Amino acid sequence: MKLVLDAEQEDLRSAVRRLLADRSSPATVREVMASERGDDPGLWKSLADLGLLGLVVPEDFGGAGAGHVERAVVLEELGRAVTPTPFFASAVLATDALLALDDDAARAELLPALAGGEKVATVAVAEGGGPWDRTGGATTATERDGGWRLDGTKTPVLAGMVADVVLVLAGTPDGPGWFAVDAAADGLTRTALTGLDPTRRFARLAFAATPARRLVSADPGAALDLVADLAAVALAAEQVGVMQRALELTVDYAKVRVQFGRPIGSYQAVKHGLADVYSAWEHSLSVLRHAAWTADHDRAGLPLAAALARTYIGPACFEAGNAMVQYHGGIGYTWEHDAHLYYKRAKSAQLLFGPPSAHRARLADRLGI
Amino acid sequence: MTVVDEKGSGEYRSRVREWLGAHVPPPTAGLPPAEVLRIAKEYQAALFEAGFAGITWPKEVGGQGLGPAEQQVFSEEAADYDLPTYPLTIGMGMCGPTLVDLGTPEQKQRYLPKLLRGDEVWCQLFSEPGAGSDVASLQSRAERTDDGWVLNGQKVWTTNAQWADFGAVLARTDPDQVKHAGITMFIVDMHAPGVTVRPLRDMSGKSPFNEVYFDDVHLPADGAISPVIGEVGRGWQAAVTMLGHERVSIGASRPSRSNSLGFDAVLALARREGATADPANRERLAELYAHERALQLLNARMRQETQAGRPPGARGSVAKLAGALQLRRAIAVVGELAGADVVAWDPDDALSADVAQGINSAPASSIAGGTNEVQHNIIGERILGLPKEPQVDRDIPFRQLKVGTQGGAR
Ligand SMILES: Cc1cc2nc3c(=O)[nH]c(=O)nc-3n(C[C@H](O)[C@H](O)[C@H](O)COP(=O)(O)OP(=O)(O)OC[C@H]3O[C@@H](n4cnc5c(N)ncnc54)[C@H](O)[C@@H]3O)c2cc1C
Repeated sequence: MKLVLDAEQEDLRSAVRRLLADRSSPATVREVMASERGDDPGLWKSLADLGLLGLVVPEDFGGAGAGHVERAVVLEELGRAVTPTPFFASAVLATDALLALDDDAARAELLPALAGGEKVATVAVAEGGGPWDRTGGATTATERDGGWRLDGTKTPVLAGMVADVVLVLAGTPDGPGWFAVDAAADGLTRTALTGLDPTRRFARLAFAATPARRLVSADPGAALDLVADLAAVALAAEQVGVMQRALELTVDYAKVRVQFGRPIGSYQAVKHGLADVYSAWEHSLSVLRHAAWTADHDRAGLPLAAALARTYIGPACFEAGNAMVQYHGGIGYTWEHDAHLYYKRAKSAQLLFGPPSAHRARLADRLGI
Repeated sequence: MTVVDEKGSGEYRSRVREWLGAHVPPPTAGLPPAEVLRIAKEYQAALFEAGFAGITWPKEVGGQGLGPAEQQVFSEEAADYDLPTYPLTIGMGMCGPTLVDLGTPEQKQRYLPKLLRGDEVWCQLFSEPGAGSDVASLQSRAERTDDGWVLNGQKVWTTNAQWADFGAVLARTDPDQVKHAGITMFIVDMHAPGVTVRPLRDMSGKSPFNEVYFDDVHLPADGAISPVIGEVGRGWQAAVTMLGHERVSIGASRPSRSNSLGFDAVLALARREGATADPANRERLAELYAHERALQLLNARMRQETQAGRPPGARGSVAKLAGALQLRRAIAVVGELAGADVVAWDPDDALSADVAQGINSAPASSIAGGTNEVQHNIIGERILGLPKEPQVDRDIPFRQLKVGTQGGAR
């Protein structure tokens, strides 16, 4: 079990941090989040050029052949900068799904395009705010005229408006199945959703006899579980980055903001609150490193480590976002200040895959309770 | 159920496992104090002979000269047992490591091998009635004589003083200096004339700590072995070194099988109470596990960083504080699971008795070794670099301050 990064991984972090300082500054984040598209194609290309979109993709499929520990480093940095990007949808969810399924042809066709940034993909499993449904939910797939057709509605779908390819879990007459749908397919209606977190975009996807390609999978439910566990690790990384930056900015402010003749950080109510955020960050980072390590080296240990990450880090991260607003006072409650971006990113991350109680219940399951 | 399994195999681990399996005596809780001490010393001597004492200590003082990896293996394996070493913990975890850092070659040679073998028991004499969180306001004083020093004063809450052969004591050696500057750390022979140890009963009903009086106790400085740890007038720096070791040793101690507020024990209680089907209880247990496991992983990460040359420093406070808070969380959970079953129980119900003992001794963790509030200050100031509170007494000679029984000139 390795919980510290090596020199190469630290170099990766520095490179990504430099890139984002340049291409995803707070001013740029503001611009991008207000744009129609909600992400920055220029940054996407840079991420692709640096090989960051295909970190977990084997070299045979155009990826870097690195691992989840490395991808977590990138996600920490994207979280720190609250970068609006379809990275999580495409380089995490869709990429992991293609790797978890058993469809060599689809892999050969799609993975190089995803790793190279030519295409954006996403995964459509959720049908409402609850946890993912292993059966495919109310969305059905039927075989007609020699091909598969999808009917149903998936929401919220991360990066659903910008994705070129959507990987959908749907019920078939013989159990759940995975399907690839072209974003331009007939009978697919995409509606942009309004969001809590302006740095993350979602859509509702309605399928009406939408042509789809069935993806080969020996066990679609197990593949979903793996995708969900790897997503938990990736999200944990983003959350750890969010926490770290929220804490840094708030500590900096607490050192310079003077009230009653003293920096507010000298008051114990503020100091102890920030000490708690720091402590939660140290714990979260440890939980993350362990979870990412299991993703690379101990797949049997992954389900428990991933459930732990969700349960522990979700609320811890939101506390950090909340503390950021609170200890900035009125300025922290303004639209102009960045505190709300961290607050909102933390909340959307916590609830993205269902309510906290569902995460705890999943952890209890995996503990055999 | 083993839900936490970091255990690989490996030759060192199997040697440790085999040795522990053959040598750990049955739990000593409840035996007469003299027996507890005898068994502790016997076990420690055997541990020393087997080459498992002082795993990370230098070889020249009797240690094994190994790294945190081996220490971790040992701690993991030992977590399955209730080790009998309680009387030796202050020496092993605090006084010993401080002597390793600051002792002269003669002090190390004289004291460390015997400490490590369990031949001699140590205690830590910092706190006084007027000086707790603010240890630097201590009033015990040591004055120079022709052949050493003479020590007077009172200490309190001294864990294991009833068994101790030696103590590391903080005393004021120059009251004309500001309060942090005029302090020196000494080694005191607890059997010397003028040392009086009186047991105090703690809220769990036990007597593990004491008050200690020094009346004209002679600290000889005539031979080659100085009684001063570190330098005269630099006792505060020595104290900070020892407190650092204390936090690490408290924070890094893994919850053992016998910890009635550890996750395994709480789950066992939940099963007995038939409480695991209730979704709310399942969530409570999951959350308890999550915090315990996160702390274990933090400790493991800090060990790996130490190994890579980055020791935790003040971050030991994070683990120390988290350990104390975890006990409070566990108390809340066992209350939900067991209700009045841990308020009153049949005399033969050992599980309920253990849990109640856990509830009644938990506050010690939030006070001893620096209170939770003090740990928060350390994290805020030493790690995050937040400004200290204004300190009204920092620049004034100690003699003029109002502390403890001293009236002060202001
Ligand atoms: C089980 C046990 C074993 C112990 N063993 C030893 C031992 O072996 N050797 C030894 O020397 N000592 C020992 N102690 C003493 C321990 O270190 C002190 O009790 C502790 O440091 C607190 O000091 P105090 O009791 O004087 O409380 P005080 O310092 O008076 O604290 C009272 C309250 O005020 C709060 N407070 C104090 N200062 C501040 C501040 N600056 N900011 C915010 N809040 C503050 C505290 O957090 C606490 O809640 C032991 C204590 C216990 C409980």
